[in-house]
Amino acid sequence: MNHWIPFWPRTAAINGIVVDNLYIAEVAVCVLILAMVFGMMLTFGIRYRRGSTASRADRAKKSWYFEIGWTVGTLVAFLALFVWGAAIYVWLYKSPAGDIEIYAVGKQWMWKFQHPGGQREIDDLHIPVDKTIRLVLASQDVIHSFFVPAFRVKHDVVPGTYETVWFTPNKTGTFKIECTQFCGLQHATMTGDVTVLEPAAYAQWLTRQGVHESLAQQGEALFREQGCSGCHDTNSTVHAPTLAGLYGSLVHLQDGSVRRADEQYIRDCILLPRTFTVAGYPPVMPSFAGQLGEDDLLKLVAYIQSLAADKDSIR
Amino acid sequence: MSSIAVDPPRNYASEENTIASWLLTRDHKRIALMFFASITAFFFIGGAAATLIRLHLATPAGLLQPSVYNRVFTMHGVVMVWFFLIPSIPATLGNFFVPMMIGAHDLAFPRINLASWYVFNLSGLVLLYALVMGGVDTGWTFYTPLSTIYANGYVFAAAMAVFINGFSTIMTALNFVVTIHRLRAPGMLWTRLPLFVWGIYSVSVVMLLATPVLAMDTLLLAVEQFLQVGLFDPSHGGDPLLWQHMFWFYSHPAVYIMILPAMGVVSELIACYARRPIFGYSGMTIAMMAIAVISFFVWAHHMFVAGISIYAAVVFSLMTFFVAVPSAIKVFNWTASLHKGSISFDAPMIYALGFVLLFTIGGLTGLMLATLAVDVDVHDTYFVIAHFHYIMVGGTVSAFFGGLHYWWPKMTGRLYPEMLARFAAFLTFVGFNLTFFPQFILGYLGMPRRYYTYPPEWQVWNVLSSAGASILAVGYLLPLFYLGWSLIWGRHASPNPWRATGLEWLTSSPPPTHNFERTPVVAIGPYSYDPEDGSYTTQDGVRHV
Amino acid sequence: MSSDVLRPEIQYATLAQQGDTAQLGMWVFLATETLFFGALLFAYFIYRMSYPHEFAEAAKDAVLWCGSVNIGLLITSSLTMVLAINAAADGRRRALVFWLCATAFLGICFLGVKVWEYRLDYVDHVVPAVNFIVKPGAGSAGELFWVFYFVATGLHAVHLTIGIGLVLYMLLWRVRRGEITPLYYAPLEVVGLYWSFVDTVWLFLFPAIYLAGRS
Repeated sequence: MNHWIPFWPRTAAINGIVVDNLYIAEVAVCVLILAMVFGMMLTFGIRYRRGSTASRADRAKKSWYFEIGWTVGTLVAFLALFVWGAAIYVWLYKSPAGDIEIYAVGKQWMWKFQHPGGQREIDDLHIPVDKTIRLVLASQDVIHSFFVPAFRVKHDVVPGTYETVWFTPNKTGTFKIECTQFCGLQHATMTGDVTVLEPAAYAQWLTRQGVHESLAQQGEALFREQGCSGCHDTNSTVHAPTLAGLYGSLVHLQDGSVRRADEQYIRDCILLPRTFTVAGYPPVMPSFAGQLGEDDLLKLVAYIQSLAADKDSIR
Repeated sequence: MSSIAVDPPRNYASEENTIASWLLTRDHKRIALMFFASITAFFFIGGAAATLIRLHLATPAGLLQPSVYNRVFTMHGVVMVWFFLIPSIPATLGNFFVPMMIGAHDLAFPRINLASWYVFNLSGLVLLYALVMGGVDTGWTFYTPLSTIYANGYVFAAAMAVFINGFSTIMTALNFVVTIHRLRAPGMLWTRLPLFVWGIYSVSVVMLLATPVLAMDTLLLAVEQFLQVGLFDPSHGGDPLLWQHMFWFYSHPAVYIMILPAMGVVSELIACYARRPIFGYSGMTIAMMAIAVISFFVWAHHMFVAGISIYAAVVFSLMTFFVAVPSAIKVFNWTASLHKGSISFDAPMIYALGFVLLFTIGGLTGLMLATLAVDVDVHDTYFVIAHFHYIMVGGTVSAFFGGLHYWWPKMTGRLYPEMLARFAAFLTFVGFNLTFFPQFILGYLGMPRRYYTYPPEWQVWNVLSSAGASILAVGYLLPLFYLGWSLIWGRHASPNPWRATGLEWLTSSPPPTHNFERTPVVAIGPYSYDPEDGSYTTQDGVRHV
Repeated sequence: MSSDVLRPEIQYATLAQQGDTAQLGMWVFLATETLFFGALLFAYFIYRMSYPHEFAEAAKDAVLWCGSVNIGLLITSSLTMVLAINAAADGRRRALVFWLCATAFLGICFLGVKVWEYRLDYVDHVVPAVNFIVKPGAGSAGELFWVFYFVATGLHAVHLTIGIGLVLYMLLWRVRRGEITPLYYAPLEVVGLYWSFVDTVWLFLFPAIYLAGRS
């Protein structure tokens, strides 16, 4: 590849390879159709130019055969592309559990990453190669979009919801992160770097950050500071749902609906408790809207997630 | 192609020439010219913004402050979409020629037509107010909560400008639909309507159904901007994605609003300059109506990465592939319309053929965007920018210029200088491709939209694009000069210099105020050209050799 | 004052064609209005489905008697409008004037009740951003209900005012100059169509606003 004129982005994740194959196939189809159209236009334009001697007799009168023909042909071709693209999309957008789950907060105009071990980065993301990374994305303010061209993955980061994105890098190196949803003045500089490291180098990097508390532990501290334990502790006199084993379970709500207790559910309960009151419990939980930033919310989520493994220990 | 020495003594332009007679006119032809003046002014404003953008992006360091750049690209989008592209063909060529092509003496509601022009200019003034006071920096899509909570107060003015603009669109569209239903001359059956009229009809239906939703969108946006009550603000229980759904429900049909009239124009041009009927007339009309209908069911393809359910995304991708089918049919039919024709490469034909090629490229890349997995990668990058400029500029603007040249002799009674016009057409084709093709590459490389800077390794493509833009600009400016020149020094045109078959060519050039002395009686369908012997039969049944 | 003074405009062959076309024009315009209010109702229902309890709680403060009186006034005014058109078709000029006055009067009464209701809403602290207190159980989504209430009823009131203006224009200009005759009364039919539409919008707004959570 000529490095002076860039022509093709680097491909550094398995996601990228899959998308590239489809893209190249589509470019080929486009070139084919364009060549056909251009070729015919050129041929007809020359052959039937004003004053040429080509015969104009016996013009095709019934056009239906041709029209049905090329309609069906294009429809078949389009459906094939649609199915291929949809299949990859569903694979791309159904985030698996992942080997490592990292929380990302987009805010004007930076990316803040929080690793499960508590390491924090701004505009930089260090991850190991050949591992499936699951990113939970939150926005502090406006809609951003998390994009790594080399991985061919992108997802909008919408305030008020959590989105997830996943990728499995297969090459080490440094690759660009970009925000691709216009988010204000410095949208163009809301970029960063994702550094993919060999496992050993990654482990070294983790320890070098000098962090003593994991994300879940930081969340536990917040849990007490904000008074959550006052009601949700097993010793509390308030009748509040237990949080042990909550993450991933199905919850029956007051209005009869059922929700899976994922990150979004936990966030919703903290910010809009009266809308998501659990069936059988009094609607007395106060809302923490406006009191917790997205990073703090993610720490609480991480903490509550960690309670899944340890069923009888809310201390 | 004989030219005559003088203009017909009494025509719509010369009949009474006071300012009041123009500003209070009910003549659809005068109103068309007044619209032409307005949209040309906005074309210059939007074009100036484009010039600034390309000058700025020629280097990573740029020329403008980021805050200025953000406002410039927003203005470029708002002005070009609502104040140039949407009204361009319908309000100028449509207003002038739909009544003539169906054999009517005017539109159904002439006063509403005039009111539409005034409302359009009022909306333009409100927008200019927003521009002069400081501009808007949210992008033309006004995504929330950026536009409602984090942006400056002129979002309100810009939203109001768009709101008012919508009334103009609705008034014009209503006029066209009713006129085409009720004022067709005897014998002008639906199946004998020229494809340009079908194009205007189908676009008017879309305008009528989509624009009111935009009106509500801008109203709610203005309410939210003003009162900050949480309509689209998650911290108050609102949903930012609701804005996107409501906005794109209008704005996707809007892009078809921008292309359908252009498709109608291209059919007229190809038939006339290839001297043969359009291949598959019924297929062409069905395709235009199908595009109009299906366009309402694809809006969320702008939201594949926004956080909608993946199953909804799959449905919208499928619908988007469906809407591409009638467009493909049209491209094949236009190409087939060259077969066994007798083709001359006059300037309008160069624009028309350019349209077919550029629209094909734009449409094919649209397929790539419809493909979910590819869209995840190229959404909100320069790939999308290149795609829609191929359609809107390579498509609609080419068709607009083609139609302008084609009908120039009829509107003004003058012929434009042909060789210069062909050169300008060719220049725009070359300049356009040089400007926008590199952007496909930039998009896949990963250059996002709305970025005022970029890594230095992408400069080569940006420089090529800016260079192309300068050529494109020359190509677009040339007609301004030679068309203006032709008004004073151009050769006078006969009633039918192109030997075309439509009813509009039965009148003098320029036409009299009420178009026809007596309502014509239509005997045959459009495009009765015979490439074998060079004869043609106008729609009143009269054959000319 | 005779009908031969009334000629169709240049683009029309007959008065009948002009009248039919005017009516088609109004139908097309009403289609756009349907989409306009439809978009608002759509947004309203999306939020109502997301926050059913909050909306029901907030709707409890809507003044039901005002809404009910208003729906009665409007439906009656549609009747008087139709009676006016029938009178025009029969050439009964005094009846025509009477029923048109009745229609305008009923419309003005509606507006009067609406103004009174807005005053009650203000006193009740349910005017978003101006004078709003969150009621228990309603939450911030409840304020959204009131935003929709004011936008919807405000827009409806604007449309009704335009309708009253059109009726008065008919009365004071067209009918007075004898331009509404059994041979050509299309302008009146067009106004009647518009009036019926404004009535129909209220038929949708009334249950959405006043009956939410009361069933």
